[in-house]
Amino acid sequence: MSTPTPTRTSLSTRPADDDRRPGELTFRELLRWIWRQLTSMRTALILLLLLALAAVPGSIIPQEGVDSLKTSNWQADHPKLTPVYDRLGLFSVYDSPWFSAIYLLLMVSLVGCILPRTWHYWRGMWAKPPAAPRNLTRLPDHASYVAAGEPDAVLERAQAALRKRRYRLSVDGDAVSAERGYLREAGNLVFHLAVVVVLVGFAMGGLLGYKGGVILLVGDQYGFSNTPDQYDDFDPGSLFDADRMEPFTFSIDDFSWDVYPTGPRAGMSRGFESRLRYQESIGGEEKSYELKVNHPLSIGSTEVFLIGHGFAPVITIRDGKGEVVYSGPTIFLPTDQTMQSIGVVKAPDAKPTQIGLEGEFYPTVAFSKQTGSYFSVLSKPADPLVSMLVYTGDLGMDDGAPQSVYALDKTKTTMLTKKNGAPYRIDLRPGEKVALPGGIGTVSFDRLEEWNKIQISQTPGKFLALGGVVLALIGLLGSLFIRPRRVWVRARREGDGTLVEVAALDRSGGGDVAVVVDELVKALQQQPEEKKQ
Amino acid sequence: MTDVQWESLSNWAVAACGIVYFLALLVHLAEWASLRKVPVAAGAASVASVDIPGGVAVATGPGGEDDGQVRRTEFLGRLGYLLTGLAVGIHLVGLVGRGMAADPDRVPWGNMYEFTLTGTFVVAALYVGLYHRLRLAWMAPIVVAFVLSVLMVAVIWLYSPVAPLTEALSSYWLVIHVVSAIIATGAFTLGGITSALYLVKERAPARESGYVARLPKLEVLDRVSYRLHAFGFPVWTFAVLITGPIWAHQAWSSYWNWDPKEVWAFITWVVYAAYLHARTTAGWKGRNAAILALVGVATLWFNFIGINYFSTTSQHSYAGAPAFETPDVDSGVLTVE
Repeated sequence: MSTPTPTRTSLSTRPADDDRRPGELTFRELLRWIWRQLTSMRTALILLLLLALAAVPGSIIPQEGVDSLKTSNWQADHPKLTPVYDRLGLFSVYDSPWFSAIYLLLMVSLVGCILPRTWHYWRGMWAKPPAAPRNLTRLPDHASYVAAGEPDAVLERAQAALRKRRYRLSVDGDAVSAERGYLREAGNLVFHLAVVVVLVGFAMGGLLGYKGGVILLVGDQYGFSNTPDQYDDFDPGSLFDADRMEPFTFSIDDFSWDVYPTGPRAGMSRGFESRLRYQESIGGEEKSYELKVNHPLSIGSTEVFLIGHGFAPVITIRDGKGEVVYSGPTIFLPTDQTMQSIGVVKAPDAKPTQIGLEGEFYPTVAFSKQTGSYFSVLSKPADPLVSMLVYTGDLGMDDGAPQSVYALDKTKTTMLTKKNGAPYRIDLRPGEKVALPGGIGTVSFDRLEEWNKIQISQTPGKFLALGGVVLALIGLLGSLFIRPRRVWVRARREGDGTLVEVAALDRSGGGDVAVVVDELVKALQQQPEEKKQ
Repeated sequence: MTDVQWESLSNWAVAACGIVYFLALLVHLAEWASLRKVPVAAGAASVASVDIPGGVAVATGPGGEDDGQVRRTEFLGRLGYLLTGLAVGIHLVGLVGRGMAADPDRVPWGNMYEFTLTGTFVVAALYVGLYHRLRLAWMAPIVVAFVLSVLMVAVIWLYSPVAPLTEALSSYWLVIHVVSAIIATGAFTLGGITSALYLVKERAPARESGYVARLPKLEVLDRVSYRLHAFGFPVWTFAVLITGPIWAHQAWSSYWNWDPKEVWAFITWVVYAAYLHARTTAGWKGRNAAILALVGVATLWFNFIGINYFSTTSQHSYAGAPAFETPDVDSGVLTVE
């Protein structure tokens, strides 16, 4: 849109009687029109509904930030849709520009709405209740009766009764005006303001905080110190600064858990408990903590959570020359509740050929004749066994591309087979050792260790967000349950008695003011009799 | 009592309360059938008064036959209410038995069956509790039919034997979080029923006979619906935006994970915020607000039941999820040195 009158320099926004067609706006007028539209109630409502709608795709399409494995699987299954979805930001809806645009517009709309309202409210705070309308009986909720006393006496009683009901009063000739429920609007404003506070807190967590996970072996010979390179996965916010990380270190001295012996969840694990030995800073005092599920450890502003566990068989590979080419606890990832786990071992330095092992670990092994394979009967290691296939050739680790430690690149390898063509499988119990065919080496399962998955996060602004929500709730309660009401009582002489008119108006639209009128009339009529008694 | 006895007590109580709800439904249907013979006209005027929200409109015309009819419908209405109250009591026994049957004893909401059992209980209990305050007599057949059918769905499709809670779920925040979520669900469900009736009534405001004619005036329906939502919304806020994140933070290290269940709880929150907003916005009052309330209740129940079947990534999924999150296989991507 362009402004058709570039020569005009007047600051007046009043439409000039020049050559403009109706509906044409100057730039300033256009801005003002946009601002008015944006801050209108209707726009806020539409933006709210848009926000709800925009949140839907994120619950249907797998999200990178929520489950990256599922997302990459989905992307592999839908090669045509993936680039389109990626363009639209559908794999990270809640960080996407269009989602942010909606809530930022909503914020602007909200602020634009509450600022003038706060000002209006501030002035209204000190105003007297509005004068009684000329004809009270025209209001939808009203009552009138004839009293015996003088009008002044009736009005005095009315003032006392209304004051007792915590109304603000003003007397204006023959009528009393009363108003209450000023705090409803305050509650409303607090609620809207608090929403902004929550968003600020939430944004702080997202931008300045981080979340990371590490798999740590149980035993005091293994340790963790809180620097980004020690994490297995590390997800920092975009304004994260590694200098703000607390310099703590810890190790897991002991890990215990047990198993439901009977019942529908028999075999399921419970009661996980890790004994953590930690120092809040290097050279600091050594402390101990029982880390449990739902029971994190706080160090400064960082929190440490126990979120998973598993087994790590200690496996040693010697190559054809008898050199140790791999030795150490190998992390196997559990795949089900019986803690049947999968894992790989890679020995790229073995001679004459590189050796890769891939297979399963069973904490308490059993053999099923039906399926012809092993399975795990119990998550506790009563009779542990590793059962692995052997791959030789090039493990693809020399080209420098990142590779998962939990997967074997089998493209340039061959699987060892028996003479009859069946896969060659090595089954080892702790302490056992097997020589690979062709003299390429030996594999031994020395002993069993355990690991914990520890999640560590720093979420700045979380108390701000929490405080904001609590404030919002308080404001909300005020805005929903405080009833703003205006009540008028007019008394004037008519014949021998006094005609009393009572009317009330509910300004929130949700109240039942007829009851208020009835109750007040009853109170006004009762009082003089009580005095006589 | 042993756990097995508690479990069979619970099953017995659920069956019994189903039967009593069914009887209550029959009685209410008989009440409404018998009301057909009573003219609406005279009573409608009194129902129309803003002072008497709800209340089955009953003509107070002359004539012995009508009088007997009126007394009979009044009796049936009271009997239906009493039966519903009795059913709610037995329902509670079923719930408590369910909790006591687990070892260790726990709150009865570890799986979908128990959730639905509790959800229907809260809907029915709120109805019974608010019956006089909001004069909900006109709602009777619909609420009882709703509770009965959802309870049947729970028993037929969702039943699962008593089992201990998974480790991440045994936290007292769970109790607070779920209690408030279920209470809000009950209030929103009653509000949704009222809004649906508002829309029905709005289509045929001038009908002179039948159930619709005896519904309270549109303003009254709108106000009852608003009150139920105004009660439910802060409770929902507390459940979804305060206790939920606190619990999530303790169990999963992050207070908001954009998990599908959270997303839908948020969507429900936004829709109900829009409902409350709409009631103060010109042009959105009444009809549009009622439609929003129905959208809200749809998202609520979709989240309560539907999402468990649509999404397996949800950490709120109770369909046999591992006790303890298994680490992502690709979380250990490391560069070769």
